[in-house]
Amino acid sequence: MLFFVVFAPLKGVLKRMSFVVKIKTPNMTTILKLDDLHTYFHVNGEDLKAVRGVSFMIGRGETLGLVGESGCGKTVTALSLMKLVPPPGRVEEGEVLLQNRDAGERNLLLLSEKEMRAVRGKEMAMIFQEPMTSLNPVFTVGDQVMEAILVHEPVGKREARSRTIELLRAVNIPDPETRIKDYPHQLSGGQRQRVMIAMALSCRPEVLIADEPTTALDVTVQARILRLIARLRDENEMAVLLVTHDLGVVAQETDRVAVMYLGRIVETASTEELFARPLHPYTRALLESVPRLGEDKERLKTIRGNVPGLSHIPSGCSFHPRCPIAEEICQREEPLSREVSSGHWVECHLCKND
Amino acid sequence: MDLIVKAYFIRKIIYLIPIVIGISLITFLLFRVVGGDPIDRVAGKYATAAQKEELRHQLGFDKPLWPPVGKLFAGDLKGFADNQLFTHFVDTFTLNFGRSEQYKRKISDMIKSGAIPSLSLTVPAFIIGIWIQITIAMLCAFKQDGRFDRIVVILSVIGMSIPYLALIIFGQVFLAGKLRWFPIYGYPGKFGLSVIQFVALPVLLGVAAGLGAGVRFYRTVILDETRADYIRTARAKGVGEGRVMFKHLLKNAMIPIITQVVVVIPFLFLGSLLLERFFSIPGLGYMLIDAVNSSDWPVINALTFVGAIIYLGALLLTDLCYALVDPRVSLK
Repeated sequence: MLFFVVFAPLKGVLKRMSFVVKIKTPNMTTILKLDDLHTYFHVNGEDLKAVRGVSFMIGRGETLGLVGESGCGKTVTALSLMKLVPPPGRVEEGEVLLQNRDAGERNLLLLSEKEMRAVRGKEMAMIFQEPMTSLNPVFTVGDQVMEAILVHEPVGKREARSRTIELLRAVNIPDPETRIKDYPHQLSGGQRQRVMIAMALSCRPEVLIADEPTTALDVTVQARILRLIARLRDENEMAVLLVTHDLGVVAQETDRVAVMYLGRIVETASTEELFARPLHPYTRALLESVPRLGEDKERLKTIRGNVPGLSHIPSGCSFHPRCPIAEEICQREEPLSREVSSGHWVECHLCKND
Repeated sequence: MDLIVKAYFIRKIIYLIPIVIGISLITFLLFRVVGGDPIDRVAGKYATAAQKEELRHQLGFDKPLWPPVGKLFAGDLKGFADNQLFTHFVDTFTLNFGRSEQYKRKISDMIKSGAIPSLSLTVPAFIIGIWIQITIAMLCAFKQDGRFDRIVVILSVIGMSIPYLALIIFGQVFLAGKLRWFPIYGYPGKFGLSVIQFVALPVLLGVAAGLGAGVRFYRTVILDETRADYIRTARAKGVGEGRVMFKHLLKNAMIPIITQVVVVIPFLFLGSLLLERFFSIPGLGYMLIDAVNSSDWPVINALTFVGAIIYLGALLLTDLCYALVDPRVSLK
């Protein structure tokens, strides 16, 4: 039901906006590259492997969608990039390579906490799922946006204040001169998310991580927030990682998609390619579980079984117990990621590009 | 203070009036109605009946207890107002508590001279205690389940399990008696710098007694806040850990902390009863125990009323602090 509500109106928007997507050819300088990232949670003497070898890259001006069910490791991946995984979680292995304007390519995982603080909010910023609780309730929104500027840039309070007003104007908050004195509880959910976006963009980051930025908002506000992010991405040539479970949002907003299942990316392709030719059985199942307008179906397809717990990750291909086409090899051997056509990677023993 | 805050404050004070009347009524019931005949205590065993009557008239105990409603209907307002209840109200509201039956001194003077020793003991114990508790709690929360945190949690439970009396006796016997770091007991006749020497050990014991429970409580409060989303946001902005803890977290944690602080105030009073007794500090706690021991009812009455007023004052202060700390508190 949720998918339907979200997906149906966005389809229309997608059609109207498609010319924008077509015209824009992203300049494919890679900004952020993730290589074989492993993040484990050490609980009761056991490693819960939330992220098990995730790799992807994002180019300048590009939006990569990271989709998957709840608990598949999307958010943990996003937090790992910022090195903000809450304890007892830890990034165990891998590389997070970020292009720096001056210093060139750096592996964030090797940076000290102090160096990392200079990256957070400045080179890579993040907005979160819950605009209701993500802002500090006891400080004015102006203070909070100003703080992001003051932490990173050698400017005075006055300068920071006027930049804050400009930022709030840029994210379409009406009457920003008086709004900066408001506390978060005086703003609506959509406005709070706009403030979060203003805060994230305050130092013109190279990469914006948006962790389900619209999940907590109602549908009309969702579309506006997503359009805002897209506009700001184009203006600032940012790379955007859009974490979501909403395929409607993915179809509308992203250039490429990475599909995640149980801590691994099972399929990566351009958005058009993925929706037109999904290869991995999991991706197919996900797409089939979304209703389409004009289709006369009694029941929606579902994926059989449940997502297994992180302490019982199946052997071989972790999707095999729920996979409709699984064979004996799937249980035995972990599949390797293969490029089946240009830019379309899939991690499955049985998928062929047919 | 701007106008809204002032108006809020005044409204809160107006709300207190019925509560104060209620407290006064309760002390009246306790000390005049169910408390027995005060004349027997004041006049002593050997007074004659005529002397007793004389005294009774002098102290106003021959008036009716309750307002005689009949006189009101008869139009005799003066007669209606002339009763023990109304006299009690007027006396308590003007802080005119009469004289101590035991010492014959004016009770308001006794309270004045007892307040300074009491405050010189409780205020430092209170401030130092809270400061240490919150600091340790924040260090714990900074690295939850780290070695420091685990040791502190165990020590707090041990600290909570030690009875207050045991702690006092340990302090007097070991720290003061054996090691001679502090005087065993006493208090200087005049308030001055020498007070510090005498107050140091009781303050130390007061702080130690509250430490276990306080650290545990504040640790929980602060840990709750460290998991909050806005903390993650602050970190994602690139704000340093110190600033995250002391600016973002502490101001939010202030709300439950303020609540807890007020809950502590009556215990502080009770705690100082013991400390003042053991260290012979002539404060209000000492005065109260002395009055209870010798059935000096007007003194008990006065201290009950004053204690309740102090508690109300603390509640008022809490409301004001909430309003200053938390913008979500509506002042309207």
